[in-house]
Amino acid sequence: MTQGIYKTGVAAQRLEADAYAENFSDLHPAFDWHEAQVEADRCYFCYDAPCQTACPTDIDIPMFIRQIAADNPIGAAKTIFDQNIFGGMCARVCPTETLCEEVCVREIAEGKPVQIGRLQRFATDTAMAEQKQFYQRGRATGRRVAVIGAGPAGLACAHRLAMHGHAVKVFEAKEQAGGLNEYGIAAYKTPNGFAQAEVDYITAIGGIDIEYGKALGRDLAVGDLVKDYDAVFIGAGLGAVNSLGLGAGDIAGVENAVDFISELRQADDLAGLPIGRRVVVIGGGMTAIDAAVQAKLLGAEDVTICYRRGKENMNASEFEQDLATSKGVAIRHWVKPVAVTSEDGAVTGVEFEYTRLEGGKLVGTSEYFVEPADQVFRAIGQRLDETVFGDAGVDLDGGRIRTDAEGRTSHPKVWAGGDCTNRGDDLTVTAVAEGRDAAESIHKALVG
Amino acid sequence: MADLRNSFVGIKSPNPFWLASAPPTDKAYNVERAFKAGWGGVVWKTLGAEGPPVVNVNGPRYGAIWGGDRRLIGLNNIELITDRELQTNLREIKQIKRDWPDRAVVVSLMVPCEEDAWKSILPLVEETGADGIELNFGCPHGMSERGMGSAVGQVPEYVEMVVKWCKQYSRMPVITKLTPNITDVRRPARAAFNGGTDAVSLINTINSITAVNLDSFSPEPSIDGKGTHGGYCGPAVKPIAMSMVSEIARDKDTYLMPISGIGGITTWRDAAEFMALGAGNVQVCTAAMTYGFRIVEEMITGLSNWMDEKGFTSIDEVVGKAVPNVTDWQYLNLNYISKARINQDLCIECGRCHIACEDTSHQAITNTIDGKRGFEVIDEECVGCNLCVNVCPVEDCITMVPLDAGDIDKRTGKTVSPDYANWTSHPNNPAAREAAE
Repeated sequence: MTQGIYKTGVAAQRLEADAYAENFSDLHPAFDWHEAQVEADRCYFCYDAPCQTACPTDIDIPMFIRQIAADNPIGAAKTIFDQNIFGGMCARVCPTETLCEEVCVREIAEGKPVQIGRLQRFATDTAMAEQKQFYQRGRATGRRVAVIGAGPAGLACAHRLAMHGHAVKVFEAKEQAGGLNEYGIAAYKTPNGFAQAEVDYITAIGGIDIEYGKALGRDLAVGDLVKDYDAVFIGAGLGAVNSLGLGAGDIAGVENAVDFISELRQADDLAGLPIGRRVVVIGGGMTAIDAAVQAKLLGAEDVTICYRRGKENMNASEFEQDLATSKGVAIRHWVKPVAVTSEDGAVTGVEFEYTRLEGGKLVGTSEYFVEPADQVFRAIGQRLDETVFGDAGVDLDGGRIRTDAEGRTSHPKVWAGGDCTNRGDDLTVTAVAEGRDAAESIHKALVG
Repeated sequence: MADLRNSFVGIKSPNPFWLASAPPTDKAYNVERAFKAGWGGVVWKTLGAEGPPVVNVNGPRYGAIWGGDRRLIGLNNIELITDRELQTNLREIKQIKRDWPDRAVVVSLMVPCEEDAWKSILPLVEETGADGIELNFGCPHGMSERGMGSAVGQVPEYVEMVVKWCKQYSRMPVITKLTPNITDVRRPARAAFNGGTDAVSLINTINSITAVNLDSFSPEPSIDGKGTHGGYCGPAVKPIAMSMVSEIARDKDTYLMPISGIGGITTWRDAAEFMALGAGNVQVCTAAMTYGFRIVEEMITGLSNWMDEKGFTSIDEVVGKAVPNVTDWQYLNLNYISKARINQDLCIECGRCHIACEDTSHQAITNTIDGKRGFEVIDEECVGCNLCVNVCPVEDCITMVPLDAGDIDKRTGKTVSPDYANWTSHPNNPAAREAAE
């Protein structure tokens, strides 16, 4: 870690100018050819491979690794893209340690799984660098499908629909496509504009028209879309952020972690981004880790993640937790926020109460402490803004869109996938799988 | 400490590890380094007849195949015999033998198949004080096209003839180096024996093309877009070499003839295996060319520790120890029945045993145990073939366990007999039936 420049409060330029590029460089550098060969050689080409079973998109992992080992990275890339057109991003952001690599037999044998994610990246990067397009737009069916949201779910759906020859109109609320890939993931996981390059690679199939600045509820209504299109796919993600419920909304320095992450991803000059000297992140998921680590990388002196339960309850994977602590982030468990302290309208700290489990229920212990902070990030989850659906006849379940295994909602012309559904699990790879499967279901319904 | 001192056809060396005739033994500089590192002896790189030396290609001389992480598995070469002046080599050989009297220095020779050619070079070698000569009847490239090397080794009559000349015109022990590029290696071995050779050494390299460049469509190693077969060596050839050594060691005509074992020897264990199959010492090349001369330290200590552990005090006790156990297929005990056993504690559930057996063999390994992923042997189907053991990535996870006499073989439903019974007397053997009638 580079040496910091001492500044009080929330301030920009906490580091020497050249430190930013180093801090935000690729978390897992790409394999070179020989490294990929060596790693691919470790794969046992298992029968009915556990890694493939663990992959939400069901990539034939042993086959693509064998193809890499046989110096056929293009073939490997096609094996990956056949199942997951976002194979490049998933290679970077998948929590492989809790998916494919967790069940790799070499993890079981020696605690050292084949690095599947990095091999996947080697193959997909090779194909994308060569601009190798594997799929063609199918012969036009004359059917039109509206896709709401140009994130992983929406574009995976759009791509598969285009393969089947349907005309796809994508409505995206933001100014760029990619969804959380573009706005919601730590910069060091996908540097060098990869998210946009991937969107271009995917939409190059043709037949996918994206209209930006169109948000559901504000500019679009599901009720209208079902009249204008043969089918509608909702892959809008979760727009709203859960509140702390501490009435701290107006206090300067208390922010949503997702906004911070998004702002950082869109920033042209990281040195110009103000960051607190003492930062507190409230939450225990990937977003909390991404915010905390990036705060630290921007030069914050003290960064503390505060989580109300124990280490094993954190949604962030163990790898992510270790990454945070290795970057100097402190993680406190069994504490819940009870008040935000402020002075002259600016945050000075967060008061926490210790917690413990009592008969399976989380309770406060009536012991308190104040964690000083000049910046606080909320990372306690996102939710669906139910109002955007109006009375379109799309039923919810637990605050998210109810879908069946094919992604069908309660409305016969509406499908959904990704985080906004009751089957979403906040993973890019799951969103891709659901978008892809919904496209197959839509295709079946339209031409079947 | 086991005594590793070796006497091979009367040639003494402090250990049985010699460097084979090859680039590592082409000049005094290399041989000095080898002896300093601890090698017991060298066979000097093959000398040719007096006159202008041979010319080598100036492009690549070696091709290779690799395993994971570029571990060298097989090497081939298209280098010829020494391309240095005969007199230079002879001078250096003499100097080395004088400086290292306790080490074996054997000189490899390859001259035209004419009596005069051999008659004239032998005294020159003898004058150096070298311990013996090795006749290079093996090199499969370049020289063979000029009627030497394997062109001689492939014709038993020539082998016998040249060996006779060498014994006639020299006092030195003669080791005849055999080519594996022949259908039955026992034929040239017998010919060498009949000619009076003191020993044979084998194998020389195997005809090979290591790769084809799929851009230029040239074989590798490629010389200006063309390639030729080269001599293959290294760990990949060891099984072939051991089989050939064992065939000579158990042949009724040649079993008394000493053998110097060559072919992919990389560790002490390889050396011990060759010696158990009848090699009185071993020669090494590729391993040294891959890792340098220091590997001999591992060979010396490894062989010594193993011999101590087994209670062997001298090399002679090891040589030929496995030969009585090498037999013909027809004498294998057909009443010996084994079944694969999978150690479920060691199993990592890769499923390779299952798919190998299911797709290519006997459908004798399940893919579930009690409805869950798991791999178990079906005794009713298992023929004891050992394929699962060989494809399993975990050592000792799958083992072949013999059934006891009196057990029921669930595959055949028959009781395992305590008696030895082989094909020669099996009822399905037409020859056996005729004999019985």
